[in-house]
Amino acid sequence: MNNSSTIAIPYRVPKRRHPVLLFVTQQPLGAAGLIVIVLMGVCAAFAQWVAPYDPLTVDYAAQLARPSAEHWLGTDSFGRDVASRIIYGARTALAIGFIASFAGCTAGAVVGVVSAYFGGKTDLIIQGFMDVLLSFPIIVLAITVVAVLGNYVVLGIDVNLIIAIAIPMLPRVERVVRASALAIREMPYIDAARAAGYSHARIIFRHIVPNVVAPYLILLTAFVAQAILAEASLSFLGLGVTEPTPSWGLMLSGAAADFYQQAPWMIVFPGIAISLGVFAFNLFGDSLRDWLDPKIKL
Amino acid sequence: MDQLTALGGAQAPAASHSPWLLEVEDLHVHFVTTRGVVRAVEGISYKVKPGETVALVGESGCGKSVSSLAIMRLLAKPAGRVVAGRILFQGRNLLELSEDEMREIRGRDIAMIFQEPMTSLNPVLTIGFQIMEPLLIHLGMTEEQARARAMDLLKMVGMPDPERRLDQYPHQFSGGMRQRVMIAIALSCNPRLIIADEPTTALDVTIQAQILKLMKDLSRDLGIALVMITHNLGIVARYADRVNVMYAARLAEQGAAAAVFAKPLHPYTAGLLRSVPRLDQPRGARLETIEGLPPNLLDPQPGCRFAPRCPAQRDACVAAPPPLAEVEPHRYSACVRAKEMARVGPTGLGLQSANPQPPVPKRLDKARPLMKVDDLKTYFEVGAGFQVFKNTRSEVRAVDGISFEVFRGETVGLVGESGCGKTTVGRTLLRLEEATGGEMVFEGANVTRAGGQQLKDYRRKIQVIFQDPYSSLNPRMTVGEIIAEPMRVYRLVPDAKAARDRVAELLTQVGLFEYMAERYPHELSGGQRQRVGIARALAMEPSFIVCDEPVSALDVSIQAQIINLLEALQEKYRLTFLFIAHDLAVVRHISNRVIVMYLGRVMEIADRDTLYAEPLHPYTRALLDAVPIPDPALEAKREYRVLGGEVPSPLNPPRGCVFHTRCPLAGDECKMAIPGLREVRPRHFAACIKI
Repeated sequence: MNNSSTIAIPYRVPKRRHPVLLFVTQQPLGAAGLIVIVLMGVCAAFAQWVAPYDPLTVDYAAQLARPSAEHWLGTDSFGRDVASRIIYGARTALAIGFIASFAGCTAGAVVGVVSAYFGGKTDLIIQGFMDVLLSFPIIVLAITVVAVLGNYVVLGIDVNLIIAIAIPMLPRVERVVRASALAIREMPYIDAARAAGYSHARIIFRHIVPNVVAPYLILLTAFVAQAILAEASLSFLGLGVTEPTPSWGLMLSGAAADFYQQAPWMIVFPGIAISLGVFAFNLFGDSLRDWLDPKIKL
Repeated sequence: MDQLTALGGAQAPAASHSPWLLEVEDLHVHFVTTRGVVRAVEGISYKVKPGETVALVGESGCGKSVSSLAIMRLLAKPAGRVVAGRILFQGRNLLELSEDEMREIRGRDIAMIFQEPMTSLNPVLTIGFQIMEPLLIHLGMTEEQARARAMDLLKMVGMPDPERRLDQYPHQFSGGMRQRVMIAIALSCNPRLIIADEPTTALDVTIQAQILKLMKDLSRDLGIALVMITHNLGIVARYADRVNVMYAARLAEQGAAAAVFAKPLHPYTAGLLRSVPRLDQPRGARLETIEGLPPNLLDPQPGCRFAPRCPAQRDACVAAPPPLAEVEPHRYSACVRAKEMARVGPTGLGLQSANPQPPVPKRLDKARPLMKVDDLKTYFEVGAGFQVFKNTRSEVRAVDGISFEVFRGETVGLVGESGCGKTTVGRTLLRLEEATGGEMVFEGANVTRAGGQQLKDYRRKIQVIFQDPYSSLNPRMTVGEIIAEPMRVYRLVPDAKAARDRVAELLTQVGLFEYMAERYPHELSGGQRQRVGIARALAMEPSFIVCDEPVSALDVSIQAQIINLLEALQEKYRLTFLFIAHDLAVVRHISNRVIVMYLGRVMEIADRDTLYAEPLHPYTRALLDAVPIPDPALEAKREYRVLGGEVPSPLNPPRGCVFHTRCPLAGDECKMAIPGLREVRPRHFAACIKI
């Protein structure tokens, strides 16, 4: 009988690569999204240096100027540079997007884990409440909250606007995190922790929460896109950011709507910015989900 | 081929010049992963004659399943590939067939039975459809023909009421019945070869005996060859004609089952055989184990794979891998010292001690029980949630009035089949479930409903070791954090440095290394993780540990290591164990007293030796009969009755004695009243009116 020990390996073996490189090669769309997000981030952070003009400076000499070498994306009805307003608008969009998404997802995750861990009546009551919240479309719920709370600006950011955007996210995140936490709760290591007599807080924060971080992170990125969209929508409706702060949604409303025939650039470019931003976050979120889920990994 | 002749029961062997049905020659399978190439199978060769049963035995990861998936050409693509070798089935090389030709063979000429009967049937299709499907596809039968054949098949596999069962869905069947359905599907096209991958590992011991007997009978009557993949040496001894022992992707030994068991010619086989606790031999002081771990197939050492764990290792072993050579007629072994071993036996090579030490009897304090359980009941409500109509609820009586005592320093074994409530007993003692009735008294204090500080004190003294070493450790914590956590929470150590020192001490205690404190659980092997679980339990300095199937997820050689560790720790720290398990041989080895449970009730309690030597209750006797012993000579002589029927649903237990539906002694009087546990002989309790 033949028992030859080693067989030459007749094919190339993939090398172990840096995780970032692996992400780029396996998730090219996600990488493209990431690049756009990074660009947006740079624009937002260094707006003073990136933007050619001050976004608030009114220049009546250059009202409704078409895109030119001087004003790349034209000017609006007050003669403000559209490109500069979009660049500064990224700051508003990202700040509100990230903070609202972080607030909404974190609150949702906490409620989800608590609901799953305690189960029984607690779970039943929380789920009933979440069902009520889920029965409203995101934007309708956000409008209601803004209408009730009004504006409350701290450090240039409208806190109530963030709350309004975060609340509709809460039940959506809660559902997903609760499902993960329900599975974790049944794991023997949770039984081991209970048998050791640990407090509820320790079991939740030390043993369950770290194990639901993956779905939480995925939702966090996905909901940044939702939050940007919600901010733009609310601003467009006049319930979000107020003039003269540059905001993409705000740029679409008001005078822009009156002049869309003479100066379509006033609408087209902020619209592209919104779409591109949302698209980038969605692509990145999807790729991140595939990337973090070993079952989907190729 | 003419379909109708194909249906005529035992068929004539196909036109083939070879006497062999299946010949696997020098098979090599590689898996390409991002971490490197896993050489899962390296040079496996074996042959199967029509009608015989050939076993592939080995521990997890040795390549036994992969080699059979390669036969079916079902390796996970694109990672797995056959890089060399031939697989001749009836003279045709299966590796050269097109995918269409292969599909013709799968299910028709070669059928496969998988381990998990719960997931290998499609839950949304009826059983009838799933049995008829291959008949319609492979044999081109009409609906009526296929249905009639499906009925016959169900009758053949011993399914009661086949007509009605055909239109039911998988969830309406028990595990054992599902495995019967799987066998019926495998048999449907009259295959010549059935590959059974751990067909009974997920089943209870009495059901396992039923299924294996059925498979063996059918294979004999219909002339079907059976390739049985298993890790259970008892099953091999009872059912296999020939056996291939695999270790780390290679064959270690090959030969007739009786010869291999009587006189192993490879140190690994010898090691496997002596590391299993056996029902037919007096227990020694310790189980003799194979020390160490199997090699990592990503980067195996040169030479014999078993050399690092082999007590009979020589320089030649490390130099080059020994070929599988014929040592005696029809006996092959891949060991350089096989000839020597054939002459002097395993003892001569120093593979096992000549005369095993008898166990040291334990001195127990019988005056005062550490834990006294009295009429304990744990019921679960099913259909929980928000219900308006209370009367739609029903309850499962998982534990229904059991009483026992545990004395300090002893090990009490708790055995029974799945669903008998043994795990619930453990969980109730741990206060993970609330008792519905009865009481538990620990060190003189009633802890049944204890709360607050009393509960905290109790929990410090009672700990748990779980079955599954993969899910009982938090994957996001390092081993050091896992072990240190209870000490920090209960302030058993003054500061972080003291905690680190204590972790290092505990790791050494359980046979791990200090540096492993920095590792995460997924970086450890199953046995190592189980050791971490033990260290975590010890960190609380408990007096009582509930071991819930602590070794059943582990390989045989690792299992023996863990059992020895538990015994050594018990002696050192004067620990008391409640050892919950379904493996009667393991329970016999480790326990001082044994409790046998069935459907939430205690059937029998006795001292270990009494119970195994003279079981009183018919259920205990049936359980002991069902366990195969790893010795073909003994198995051939043994007369065993297979316990028929299945465990009834605990939702609707039988009236009177819960065992009367399956009991060979049962009469009408057994249905009248629930028999109480009575002392039939001194210190030997049984719940049966017939004895």
